[in-house]
Amino acid sequence: MTTFLTRRAALLAAATCAATIGLTAIAEAQTSIKIGYAISRTGPNTGGAAVTTIPNYELWVKEVNAAGGIKLGDKRVPIEVVQYDDRSNAEEAVRALERLINQDKVDFILPPWGTGLNLAVGPTLNREGYPHLAATAVTDRAPELAKRWPNSFWLLGTSADAAKSLVELLSKLRDEKKIGDTVAMVSIADGFGIDLSGAARPALTNAKFKLAYDKTYPIGTQDLAPIVNEIKALNPDVFIAFSYPPDTLALTEQSRIAGLNPKVFYTGVGTAFPLYKQKFGKNTEGVMGIGGWSGDSPAIKDYLARHKASAANGAEPDRWASAVTYASLQMLQQAIERVGKVDRAAVIKDLQTGTFDTVIGKVKLENNMPTRYWWVGQWQDGEFYGVAPAGNEGARKAIVPKPAWVAP
Amino acid sequence: MTNAILTGLMLGGMYALIAMGLTLQYGVARIMNLSYGEFLIAAAFASHWLFTGWAVSPFLGLAVVVPLAFALNFAIYKILLTPLVRRAPNRDALEVDSILATFGLTFVIQGSMLALFGGAYYSYSFLAFPVQFLGETVAANRLTALGITILLGLALYAALTRTRAGTAVRAVAVDPFAAQLVAINVPQASALTFALGGALVAAAGVLVSTFLTFSASSGVVFTMKALIVVVMGGVGNMLGCLVAGLALGLSEALVASYVDPGLTLAVNFALFLAVLLVKPAGLFGRATR
Repeated sequence: MTTFLTRRAALLAAATCAATIGLTAIAEAQTSIKIGYAISRTGPNTGGAAVTTIPNYELWVKEVNAAGGIKLGDKRVPIEVVQYDDRSNAEEAVRALERLINQDKVDFILPPWGTGLNLAVGPTLNREGYPHLAATAVTDRAPELAKRWPNSFWLLGTSADAAKSLVELLSKLRDEKKIGDTVAMVSIADGFGIDLSGAARPALTNAKFKLAYDKTYPIGTQDLAPIVNEIKALNPDVFIAFSYPPDTLALTEQSRIAGLNPKVFYTGVGTAFPLYKQKFGKNTEGVMGIGGWSGDSPAIKDYLARHKASAANGAEPDRWASAVTYASLQMLQQAIERVGKVDRAAVIKDLQTGTFDTVIGKVKLENNMPTRYWWVGQWQDGEFYGVAPAGNEGARKAIVPKPAWVAP
Repeated sequence: MTNAILTGLMLGGMYALIAMGLTLQYGVARIMNLSYGEFLIAAAFASHWLFTGWAVSPFLGLAVVVPLAFALNFAIYKILLTPLVRRAPNRDALEVDSILATFGLTFVIQGSMLALFGGAYYSYSFLAFPVQFLGETVAANRLTALGITILLGLALYAALTRTRAGTAVRAVAVDPFAAQLVAINVPQASALTFALGGALVAAAGVLVSTFLTFSASSGVVFTMKALIVVVMGGVGNMLGCLVAGLALGLSEALVASYVDPGLTLAVNFALFLAVLLVKPAGLFGRATR
């Protein structure tokens, strides 16, 4: 019995020694940078995460490691990835992050997909002092959150801004006598639709537009024909839908079938997806939607080609948050390299103050948010170009009126 | 008005189509199949794959997918579910066991689809052009789906009420113990009915994929809808399934057109509750003793 105890004690001592040696070894020479993320691989968020987030994380890790890794001082260390499925569930996302931090001891964390999950993991990342580069969250509380959590960066902007840009574009088109002033608006009765229609409603009324139709529909509605038919009877100049991907496709399809062809046709999330182009082909011409990018910029063209080469089945990125997500990873890498070691507080500081060279151009954050965004894009000749705000570099002129639908 | 009713009929037809398979599986084979929606999505993926990869029209796709689903579901019943049926002392126990088993099956099917197709949304265009019907413009693919639903519903109704095998199936639905006394092979009838339900849901998946956007994780939506229709119509009753589906579709379309599209869900559930309050066993269901 005594020998057994002694043996166990000896083993324990040996193990402790080994662990201590291991720890000092890590502290002396960083041989890799451990990056962790929890992403929605199952559940309702999968559709968004699979298009916008996962391919960019994978592309970035592949490219950085192919180049030898992230530069720390005068040597490069490869990225080591630890990842979990958050099952599209806020509690699960927080739990996975805590595991990444406490058990896997990762050096940096990449954020989950979507507004809801980014809001959910914000407090944890703030408490533990990890930089939080939210590239797929649109929320009106972004400026307030950036102040409360100085480690968080809100790269996709606020819904009030989105609505404001859209209404500015419409006002300009009306001044140019290209459109009249009747607007029909539908929105999904869920976070995104409620936020955006809530911001657009007063903006439209203040700009003296007539809201001829303003209704919501529940998430998961499987037939939008009644809405489209009623709007067609009202014959508006502008059609606005703050919709989710399945409804964006259904509304477009139904409008084509019913022959609803207003001068401005604008749909929500999903318009910028490659699937939209794939499904509607020539009929995308002139369709506006949320997002957009500078499709003529060489950096974007290069990014598109690399994304296609890297993603499964040659998938293209979406034309809104994909490039922003990739840019956020470039920013993280540049910040780490400028700091030269895994010092999260210094990296956060650098993200707040530095200037970054990314696929979406030079980025310099103010109050933890970018100063320019693409809010309205338009499909022109098979590419989804940013058209508003018009002051952005690379902004295209909007094609109005939208050409008539053609038979597929 | 015609337009709203037509839209409602097409939507209701789709609901009925989705629910027909479940009412057979639940009503006759006594398997509360929670992975029902996943089977529907799997068929939708199969149709998508055949159409985009091999240019096989979804109608021809039906001829491939439906028999395949029949065989697969027959195998699932024989291999996975028969031990549960044997072990269960009574109907309630079988229901609980089958819920747990098929809940697990949900993850297997969903996981395989995620591995094969990824999590992104899928959609393709087939018969996506307008047609004039009763003076209204409607989508050809939805109208075709309604037509096929009516054909399937009538064929099934005729088979259940006019044939010997159909009568046997109904007898099993009413009382599996008494059915044995009149020389009906209950295990065999249950297996075939479960497989038939699987074939129907595959047909629904193929038809639905021509006009709805789907992803590997959207199966649960269809399971829920089918469950509501089945419970509302009366478990195991074909006619109830059709009536309940159409009632839900029509109410949804009328409310969306004349009141507010935001209230469609509320009206759906109000109708569901009202039916359950007045007839707890569903529109055409028999009260259990």
